[in-house]
Amino acid sequence: MFLALRELRFAKGRFSLVGLVIALVATLMVLLSGLATGLVDDGIAGLRALPATHLAFDEDADVSFPSSIVERDTWESLAEAPGVEEAAPLGNTLFNARTDQDVPVDLALFGVEPDSFLAPEPQDGAPLGAEADGVVIAEAIADQGVEIGDRLSIEVVGLDLTVAGIAPTGTFGHVPVAYAPLDVWQQAAFGHSPDAADRASTIALRLDDGADVAGLDAGHGTETVTRSESFHASPGYTEETQTMQMIQAALYLISAVLVGAFFVVWTVQRRQEIGVLKALGATDRLLLREALGQSAILIAASAAAGLAVGSLLGSLVGDQVPFSLQLGPVLSSMGLLVLFGLVGAAFAIRRITAVDPLIALGGSR
Amino acid sequence: MTLRLEQVTLTHGDGDEQVHALDDVGLEVQPGELVAIVGPSGSGKSSLLAVSGALQTPNAGQVEVDGVDVIRASKAERARLRRERIGFVFQADNLVASLTVLEQVLLPRYLQGHRPGQDRDAAHRLLEEVGLAHRATHRPHQLSGGERQRVGIARALMNDPALLLVDEPTSALDHRRGLEIVGLLARETAAHRVATIMVTHDHSMLEHADRTLAMEDGHLTRAH
Repeated sequence: MFLALRELRFAKGRFSLVGLVIALVATLMVLLSGLATGLVDDGIAGLRALPATHLAFDEDADVSFPSSIVERDTWESLAEAPGVEEAAPLGNTLFNARTDQDVPVDLALFGVEPDSFLAPEPQDGAPLGAEADGVVIAEAIADQGVEIGDRLSIEVVGLDLTVAGIAPTGTFGHVPVAYAPLDVWQQAAFGHSPDAADRASTIALRLDDGADVAGLDAGHGTETVTRSESFHASPGYTEETQTMQMIQAALYLISAVLVGAFFVVWTVQRRQEIGVLKALGATDRLLLREALGQSAILIAASAAAGLAVGSLLGSLVGDQVPFSLQLGPVLSSMGLLVLFGLVGAAFAIRRITAVDPLIALGGSR
Repeated sequence: MTLRLEQVTLTHGDGDEQVHALDDVGLEVQPGELVAIVGPSGSGKSSLLAVSGALQTPNAGQVEVDGVDVIRASKAERARLRRERIGFVFQADNLVASLTVLEQVLLPRYLQGHRPGQDRDAAHRLLEEVGLAHRATHRPHQLSGGERQRVGIARALMNDPALLLVDEPTSALDHRRGLEIVGLLARETAAHRVATIMVTHDHSMLEHADRTLAMEDGHLTRAH
């Protein structure tokens, strides 16, 4: 890297400029990664917080929370089935509610049986079932000024709820989760229909490691997925992840093209010098190694600078934006950024091999 | 004999457009001998250097550098020959822009696989020989044309070449500085016992040469 390092130092103006742009792309990448993690987490944190390993949907529902309805027979039978440690009904519907002060509050109402393994343990207040219409709300709802003892009314179904407790229940579809007793949720979701008391959205399961999932499904008319697979059933989850992935893919591509274009110009500018080096007996291998090493240093240093700036900016983001920097996703996106940059550089640097050492001689130009 | 060319023919183009850059050229140069080749541009001087320096393979004839048959050598063997047995001094502005004077001189050893800095003492001695020890840390853009050519000469001698090929060394210099450079080449040729070919179009630069040949339309003849 005798030549590579000295060139970096000698042409620092040009290298800094392109480095700055790579660093900006990396910064954007870090912010995007934080936003992607935060946003996606905001969509499914309530599911991730469930103490279940699997969720069983109605087999006709195409693994979608809004379309799935399961029956009491099913969850009672599943609870007795081999390989099933626990099975409990889970109701899941998004509602608009209003507080006593007429403040609108969105909530993802999760209906669970108060004595089931799904019931949340409140940090403040009373557990589920202590009051007939008592709900345990997420901290995010409490942050909007809702206190224990307040009333929440779901006008569309004419139902009043009492805030009994507060727990870290998370969010679902970007809406804070509120746990209600199953019968309250059934009333909210189905009104006074005679079958209401025998229905839920899905069945939360705790399965043994070797449980025969396909066999359970076949016997019960269900479609069982793992808890993390069920994230895709959350509203907007697939679209959000895909959008983020598309933007990230575009940034990788930009990085490759940017670095490639720079090194095309840089290599063309140095054509005469490369010819001289080759006339002096430099091999293609040595020259390619120098050039690739140079681009690796440039890209890695720029990505590191972008990572630092992005992390700093990320730490300044307020609570209003779902933003969460996770080491794994950030590092892997930085790694891919560097990799794509190197691919772009490699394409540009290839033309070193086409330079004829003969150009070093003045007369043959 | 360090360099031997026999019946070397090099043509450019094809069919009716065919041009003989070198036409049945023969040349032998001994260690310690400075041979000057004069001729107008386009006469084939550069082609002679290209063929002698293992940069271009002729269509016919024999080329032998320091006992190596250049025609039969592979691309890698020719690169190795240039690296280890041949020194080049090109026209002006053929230094590496990012390297200091000392690093320019170390470059041939780096290309041979030495660690940079390993041969500092030898490089410093060569810079003293060409009178540039005080410029060791400067970069090409800080040097005059004559100084650049001196660096080029020191660089060309760094790998202890058997053959030194010099392409129009005075083209960017005034008369006095040109003569100084040619004088330096003559001294170094004798001191390092290297076989030197210097190509020039300037007839006033020939006084230090042991032998002068003329090139015209691809033919090499005794100078008149």
